[in-house]
Amino acid sequence: MTDTATPATNIPTAPRGNNLRFYGMWAIGAIALVVLPLIFSSGGALTSFSLIGISIIFALSYNILLGQTGLLSFGHAVQYGLGGFMAVHLMNAIAAHGWFIPLPLAPLAGGVGGLAFAIVIGWVMTKRAGTVFAMISLGIGELVASSSLILRSVFGGESGITTDRTALPHIFGWSFGPQIQIYYLIAFWLMISTIAMYALTRTPLGRVCNAVRDNPERVEFIGYDPHVVRYIAFCLSGFFAGIAGGLAAINFEIANSAYLGAAQSGLVLFATFIGGTAYFVGPILGAILVTYLQLGLTSVTSVWQLYFGIIFIAIVMFAPGGIAGIVMMHRPLIRAGTLGTVIPAYLVSLVPTLVLALGVILAIETVAHYAESQGSAFSLFGIPFDTGSPLTWAAAVVLIVVGFLVARITWRRVAEAWDRATTVARERGYLA
Amino acid sequence: MTAAIEIRAVEKRFGNVSIIRDLNLSIEQGERHAIIGPNGAGKSTTFNLVSGHIRPTSGEIRLNGDVISGLRPFEINRRGLSRSFQVTNVFARMTVWENIRCAVLWATGHRYAFWKNVDDLPEVRRRTAEILESIHLTHRRDVPAGLLTYAEQRELEIGITIAGGADVIMLDEPTAGMSNMETDRAVTLIRRLTEGRTLVIVEHDMSVVFGLADRISVLVYGHIIASGTPEEIRNDPKVKEAYLGEEAH
Repeated sequence: MTDTATPATNIPTAPRGNNLRFYGMWAIGAIALVVLPLIFSSGGALTSFSLIGISIIFALSYNILLGQTGLLSFGHAVQYGLGGFMAVHLMNAIAAHGWFIPLPLAPLAGGVGGLAFAIVIGWVMTKRAGTVFAMISLGIGELVASSSLILRSVFGGESGITTDRTALPHIFGWSFGPQIQIYYLIAFWLMISTIAMYALTRTPLGRVCNAVRDNPERVEFIGYDPHVVRYIAFCLSGFFAGIAGGLAAINFEIANSAYLGAAQSGLVLFATFIGGTAYFVGPILGAILVTYLQLGLTSVTSVWQLYFGIIFIAIVMFAPGGIAGIVMMHRPLIRAGTLGTVIPAYLVSLVPTLVLALGVILAIETVAHYAESQGSAFSLFGIPFDTGSPLTWAAAVVLIVVGFLVARITWRRVAEAWDRATTVARERGYLA
Repeated sequence: MTAAIEIRAVEKRFGNVSIIRDLNLSIEQGERHAIIGPNGAGKSTTFNLVSGHIRPTSGEIRLNGDVISGLRPFEINRRGLSRSFQVTNVFARMTVWENIRCAVLWATGHRYAFWKNVDDLPEVRRRTAEILESIHLTHRRDVPAGLLTYAEQRELEIGITIAGGADVIMLDEPTAGMSNMETDRAVTLIRRLTEGRTLVIVEHDMSVVFGLADRISVLVYGHIIASGTPEEIRNDPKVKEAYLGEEAH
């Protein structure tokens, strides 16, 4: 038989070998978690890190559904919120009965809460993927969120249920009052959950989840019931979402209906998508960025949600692979040694793009401040502006128009440089 | 000896339209059986009925003696029947290696395990590598299936179909859209991979059918009008009239 095989390529192989680099990355992550609060020790920084840690677990659990199994959920906060309530109730029970269960185990109760609900509701929900699953998840989300306001004894109504994390038995002399101790508690669970969720992607189930995502019909013809695969994935995802919710309840010492709501579900979808669903690291990057932006923007501008919307639309339109997708696109270029040829084009286009962004920000802020109180003054990046002055409006328009016109030319340059670099990479066999 | 596949009085109606009428077919174990017939005769529907993709309106289908009509595709697959698709139907975003490995997992007993490291299963790795080698795609193992050439995707399709070790293999137009050279290559591949198994094949390319099959059935308007050895089919007047006659002869 004639061999028509194409020549062997240098396309990188799956994570065989490279062991040192693989474990090195995890070690660096663990060390960073330990060292971070020593470098940034202010109260604000600790609070931020804690929230970022929680949202990383939450976003990773969401990606078990979206990125790995192809399930778009609009109600993932249900498992998160129920985990939070479960943890709060357990903590209050421990304090009331004087059981010897220390606080670090409370997030596990959250996980069990999320898992239990997923086991009960999941079988019906995961019967179908696609639009049907998305719609049911939306409905269940609304159902649980509204029930939480009705069932006052369990969910505490509008005000929610409070708890006192320091009332639990202390271990190692830690009272878990100070934020630094809570940070380390979250960091501990973050590490455990991340390792577990990564390991999950490397199991037979994890691999078949990908197959169900790509082609559920075909999966039926290799012996698997896609419904069962989706169900197990949904349950495990609910478990980790519950852990995140439990940690949030410990962090805020309260669980309320906002934990379960559509806004919370939307935020995790947002973070996961921006980070990129195709790579394990994507949701981590997305959760860091979105939480950081959320904390940062709310103190600077009243219309922070508008910026979120713009970022989201931009990612969906121009980089559907998210941040991780953009980063990973460059891997073959690095291997082929052609990354250097695109960097100058990036730098050149950065200037007009920033000008365009500044124009947009100035326009949004001017409109927002004008709508609040006509003719008021505000400052942006330390520069004072007056919404009543035509000069301000003109400046915004000029920045946007000039920025866009110049940026468009430089973007074209970027595309050309990119094409050249990938062609070379392909010729050298680093790209399929 | 019980037949590998036994189709008895199967009928399939979509609304008022009968696609399959009183279908009777028996395929012996180890036989290479081709189903031919003009477009719209119900060949793919027959495949879909046997593999559980759709349910028969009435009648009975048996696999190695057991009734399988009404079962879901994965239940039928677990009993040892595997099929390929006319339109390439692979896991596009997964690598070639992952495609084959997923098809090996159930048969090696790992099922829905989420507590085992998939890279750490020697039996799975051995079988995956073996199948990859046999479909000549070892050098493409880390390429996403969606980026393969058409002929390579067809080979992968066959690889996924045989990976689970099923003893009844059904191939739906495996050489459709291939060049002559690719077709020869595919036929050699199919002959070798289905050695000792039962093969049911739907094919339009008559050189493939007559070169490969031990027995041939001719399906016209959802009904089998003739069934026999290639020689018998070639000389059957009904077949000549209904099918071969129409085609350029």
